[in-house]
Amino acid sequence: MARTLSMRQALSEAFHQVMEEDERVIMLGEDIAGGKGAPGDQDAWGGDMGITKGLQPRFGEERVLDTPISESAIIGSAVGAATCGLRPIAELMFVDFMGVCFDQILNQAAKFRYMFGGKAETPVVIRTQIGAGYNAAAQHSQCLYPIFAHIPGIKCVVPASAYDAKGLMIQAVRDDDPVIFFEHKVMYDEVRDEVPEEPYTIPFGEANIVRDGGDCTIVAMARMVHKAKEAADALAKDGIECEIIDPRTISPLDEDTILESVENTGRLVVVDEAYPRCNMATDISALVAQQGFADLKAPIEMVSPPHVPVPFAPELEEAFIPTPEGIAKAVRKTVGYAG
Amino acid sequence: MTTGAALQLSRDKLLQAYRTMRTIRDFEERVHEEFEAGHLPGFVHLYAGEEASAVGVCLNLDDEDKICSTHRGHGHCIAKGCDVTGMMKELWGAADGLCAGKGGSMHIADLSKGMMGANAIVGGGPPLACGAALAAKTLKNGKVAVTFTGDGGSNQGTTFESMNFAAVFDLPVIFVFENNGYAESTASSWSVACGDIVNRAEAFGMPGMQVDGFDFFAVHDAAAEAVERARTGGGPSLIEVKFGRFYGHHEGDNQSYRGKDEAANLRANHDCLNLFRQRVTEASLLESADLDSIDTEVAALIDRAVQDARSAPRPTPEQLTTDVYVSY
Ligand SMILES: Cc1ncc(C[n+]2csc(CCOP(=O)(O)OP(=O)(O)O)c2C)c(N)n1
Repeated sequence: MARTLSMRQALSEAFHQVMEEDERVIMLGEDIAGGKGAPGDQDAWGGDMGITKGLQPRFGEERVLDTPISESAIIGSAVGAATCGLRPIAELMFVDFMGVCFDQILNQAAKFRYMFGGKAETPVVIRTQIGAGYNAAAQHSQCLYPIFAHIPGIKCVVPASAYDAKGLMIQAVRDDDPVIFFEHKVMYDEVRDEVPEEPYTIPFGEANIVRDGGDCTIVAMARMVHKAKEAADALAKDGIECEIIDPRTISPLDEDTILESVENTGRLVVVDEAYPRCNMATDISALVAQQGFADLKAPIEMVSPPHVPVPFAPELEEAFIPTPEGIAKAVRKTVGYAG
Repeated sequence: MTTGAALQLSRDKLLQAYRTMRTIRDFEERVHEEFEAGHLPGFVHLYAGEEASAVGVCLNLDDEDKICSTHRGHGHCIAKGCDVTGMMKELWGAADGLCAGKGGSMHIADLSKGMMGANAIVGGGPPLACGAALAAKTLKNGKVAVTFTGDGGSNQGTTFESMNFAAVFDLPVIFVFENNGYAESTASSWSVACGDIVNRAEAFGMPGMQVDGFDFFAVHDAAAEAVERARTGGGPSLIEVKFGRFYGHHEGDNQSYRGKDEAANLRANHDCLNLFRQRVTEASLLESADLDSIDTEVAALIDRAVQDARSAPRPTPEQLTTDVYVSY
């Protein structure tokens, strides 16, 4: 039965279900229960955003491990354990902290299967938070997923709905490859939609067509899907119909769905909250420019923040994050293009 | 451990120590109120209760000595001489804040004061401090670098690497571990496997000291010894400062992981400002009236800082794209 859940609740339900169904699933990270060794409440936090609360009381300290602040060891031991029979879900609290453990992801997890001639499996899930919107400034607000999409051997998931978050998380845990699951921190409570109670999966590399329309294709991911929806609603009032494609996983990327949509609309706007150089907007634009050029009726538009770190001051952060107005403007530009 | 050397400090130094600790305390208490009232954006981590550490250490330093701070950096900034109004404006995200509203609470810096930045990456500071110490050693200018790290940050690989690196190169750097008992909600008694952080000094071949962090004099004396060692080519030292924080990990933390009445007990019985006051008045080094007048002055200073921050100019969208690259 489907109920309306927030992305927070959907993820929590997914964790309970995957840990229930498979004893090899363990979870580790800083404060993922909270209160470890402290005199007060245990499971006091359930992670810094309260997403994993309730897991340790239910599955015990042997399967839900609160850790010291040692990301290389957290991520690395999850990767190591994954090659030795467990299916760990490791939390890197914010993607901005990936610098301290990058080698374990980049040169270890991502490489084993290939380097070892296809004989290794590394079924690890690394969860991490992305995104601006909390005035958390330059070291806590980035959308660094393109860096990981750049690396072969890692699957990258960027969910935009509660439904997708649950299905993709269960898929990620059952997957035999390293998966990084990027959760936009603003979306935990901002996004609510219908989610079935029973476990289900969503295959990787299958985009979601969020909205149909024949005038312009908008490809957007994570929180930008919702900004694109707002833009599309506003444009529809002027008779401009947008098709919104959410890739859901950026590696693997569902190229076919994007190309097919552009074949129908002849126009493309890509919206990406990540920094504009070498992000998914440039990557998807290149894909369409190369393989869908004949379908294009107008130059491709990209909507991303400016190439600057995320600022602290609310006005500046607001100016940083792409807006529905900015997206609508880009769409109008493609529609009004006169060759 | 109070050797008492700090009790020999000049009257001016004692007044300065108290004023700085009081400034940090009032700054933090006021930030707490303003945050609760919804006036401040972002993540805020308060230092109240830990003042003796920042001030005890930094009183041994001058503007040319460098410090690297943490996400809980307000106290270090003030102790190192950063402008309090500029800091308050920064917390408000004002255009003329100390970092032009771009950094906020977790990234306050003022290089002209040797304050190399608060740091929102736990374990980000120690390698940078090694760099500052390397510069001082290479330039032979007798300067030192101090890195403040929490008990949580003491478990970070960057910290271990930095301690070894500093020892190998005999760098004039001091690793100050501010052990307030918790890393977010996790107890340091659990997360630091060797019990006391000070025990790690031996493993890295450097002298280590553990001090009562509620006692300004104890911190000051330990820091003086470490700074002297660093300045005279004796290499790195480790100081573990043990105390507690008055507030939660960050503003908004319900602190349910803490012991019952723990914070209240700290305030009642382990307030470094009260202890300082008691110590200097009992030893007839300062009069209560001296301290009272500092209290009044500081209260006014913080009030003005808040007023200024409220009415400070806001950044404009054009400022979003400045400062990305240096201009050549
Ligand atoms: C590399 C990294 N990992 C995790 C965090 C999240 N985080 C911020 S503060 C903190 C706890 C720090 O504890 P401690 O070092 O003891 O300092 P305290 O907060 O007690 O002053 C954590 C885990 C971070 N900012 N950076």
